[in-house]
Amino acid sequence: MILLRDTVSRMFKRFISLQWRAFRRSPAFGSSVLFKILSAFGVLYFTAIFALLGVGAFYLVEEEMGVDPLPFINDFLIYGTSFWVVTRYFFQKTPVLNIQPLMLLPIKTRQVVHYVLGRTMFSFFNIGNAFFFIPFSLVLLNEGYPPLQVLSWHLAIIAIVYCTNFINIMVNDRDAWFYAFAGVLVGLGALQHFEIFDITQWTGPVFYAFFEQPLWALAPWALLFVLYRYTFVYYAQRMYLDAAMQTPKTEALQLRLDWLNRLGRSAIFIKNDIKLIMRNKRSKTTVMMSVLFLFYGLLFFTGAAYESAAWKIFAGIFVSGGFLFTFGQYVPSWDSAYYPLMMSQNISYREYLEAKWTLVVAATLASTVVASFYLFFGWEAYAAVLAGAVYNMGANAHLVLLSGAYIKTPIDLTSNNKPFGDKQAFNTKTLLLTLPKLALPMLVFAIGNLTVGEWFGYVLVAFVGILGYFLKDKVFNQIERLYKSEKYSTLNAYKQNT
Amino acid sequence: MIQIQHLVKRYGDNTVLELPQLEIPDGQIFGLVGNNGAGKTTLFSLLLDLIQATEGTVKIDDVAVQDSEAWKPNTAAFLDETFLIGYLTPEEYFYFIGDLRGVSKSEVDTLMAGFSDFFGGEILNQKKYIRDLSKGNQKKVGIVATFIGDPKLLVLDEPFANLDPTTQIRLKELLKEKSEAQGRTVLISSHDLQHVTEVCERIAVLEKGQLVQDIVKTPQTLKELEAFFAKQI
Repeated sequence: MILLRDTVSRMFKRFISLQWRAFRRSPAFGSSVLFKILSAFGVLYFTAIFALLGVGAFYLVEEEMGVDPLPFINDFLIYGTSFWVVTRYFFQKTPVLNIQPLMLLPIKTRQVVHYVLGRTMFSFFNIGNAFFFIPFSLVLLNEGYPPLQVLSWHLAIIAIVYCTNFINIMVNDRDAWFYAFAGVLVGLGALQHFEIFDITQWTGPVFYAFFEQPLWALAPWALLFVLYRYTFVYYAQRMYLDAAMQTPKTEALQLRLDWLNRLGRSAIFIKNDIKLIMRNKRSKTTVMMSVLFLFYGLLFFTGAAYESAAWKIFAGIFVSGGFLFTFGQYVPSWDSAYYPLMMSQNISYREYLEAKWTLVVAATLASTVVASFYLFFGWEAYAAVLAGAVYNMGANAHLVLLSGAYIKTPIDLTSNNKPFGDKQAFNTKTLLLTLPKLALPMLVFAIGNLTVGEWFGYVLVAFVGILGYFLKDKVFNQIERLYKSEKYSTLNAYKQNT
Repeated sequence: MIQIQHLVKRYGDNTVLELPQLEIPDGQIFGLVGNNGAGKTTLFSLLLDLIQATEGTVKIDDVAVQDSEAWKPNTAAFLDETFLIGYLTPEEYFYFIGDLRGVSKSEVDTLMAGFSDFFGGEILNQKKYIRDLSKGNQKKVGIVATFIGDPKLLVLDEPFANLDPTTQIRLKELLKEKSEAQGRTVLISSHDLQHVTEVCERIAVLEKGQLVQDIVKTPQTLKELEAFFAKQI
């Protein structure tokens, strides 16, 4: 194992200490620690869930379905694996090491690349799987499955998990591949759901073969080796500045937005924001996310998981509020890269805010129209979506802008990292502000629901939303004051570009 | 007119700038020279109210910059790439600045047509985003954008650095014209003594945050400045 030898070498210790210092000395260190603690809880939670699933899955399938659990699990591994790739795409950071200063030092390029890639192997996205598969395999052994075959199956799965690790690294650079992949996946899922074509009949036996024929387990390891070599070469070749730094020569996307001019001075900023969204990786991902939010309600309105009525309004707010939360929350950080320009031009904060607000409300309105399909799930579902939308447009549209004023994280528009979990997004003030954004409508709904009935709950939420609209000017004044009083510290925070 | 009264910027105990008094009259082309850390960019940032003065004020036309925003319509600045919007094409960026300053699209087009030699055919109609341009071309975009709307005060940090020789010569002519023919106030900083002495009527030398020289240009100025900086070794 070349890799292991490298890991223990002194060079690697040096790299790790560089990494540690970058973390320790980053301006975000304070909130970074809070963030680490929060993610640690998240990790613990998922570990426990995985372990329970690992033990429970076997018996659950056996008793509930009355089939042999191993082939059943193997059938679904194709979806499991694909789902894992998609999850990684959104959540797992691609390895980044600031290579430029290292290039002229006497360090072998190979070692740097091995380190960068090797580091990803310790990610929770890889290790976490062990918490499911180890208990599962132990249960298999306990149930008398032949040890050698269980072992070969288990090893094959490990290789596949690591394959997804490297697939993610490669796909992360190529959005087109990813969306094609995700599209095929959704298509296959739909075909299976409507019983037109069942991919698992073809792939299930492949996974089962790792169990039946232990030698087959070598195949995923071979694939892993190939993928590792490929990624390694890919990165090693990009260790030259012109390759790594070169921005792909894409022709500027032409947008005709002059029709927006009728909106008056707000149009200046709205036109810019639309370009910002269309032309930057980070913002594009954000908008993709907000499309996913549209389907969030399906979890609530179809499953029996959340019967409680108050959760329906929770879902209703998220269905139309995707863009509102993912984009609005980070105003003005979207403009962080050129904040000094914004601060020295004659821009009135009011016009600036008004423009962002218009954009957020327009997107919420559009989401609401698209969300009309919730009518299929009964009037309650649609009423929840509508009430949520009214509340979003009336109250949340300016409330998110208010929490944005407290977030001073510069956004690197060109990178896709952390489209969700920006560290400084977790501060007490923004956490407090989630109360009026989410808890208040749930409470209002509960009051209406318990006193008169469900319909009254929805009406009340919408009514409070409309009331919220009259607070808009007050909230804008407050944001304006914040922008002014925080101007210097915001400018300073945006200067730190990591 | 720019009036600076007892302007101090401190970070903790470290005083990075201390100017008892400085006045720059309208129409002057004023150069700021000094070694690294002398406080040139700090002064410009204070002037544009991008950082907060520890003590004292900067007034542009009798308006204290931190109290009012009335100075903004008459002032344009290009300090570094944070004054550019990377995901716009140069044209879109110019139109955006034009929109903010109340200059129509066609007026911007006319203005830009006059800079075709300055741009050297690498900026307009290239269908490229500003972030994909070279450092020098980005700088050209930033400098030319400050001319939109013909503001009374131009603030340019290191305008000559990263520019090719042809553009440097052209920029010197442009800045002189701004000041002499149009009566605009121009503030520039530079490490290049020759450029500064060529362009500026008045040159101030900063050293460790202090104003150590404030001279009206004469034919001997370049020699004097060179002697001054050679002494520092």
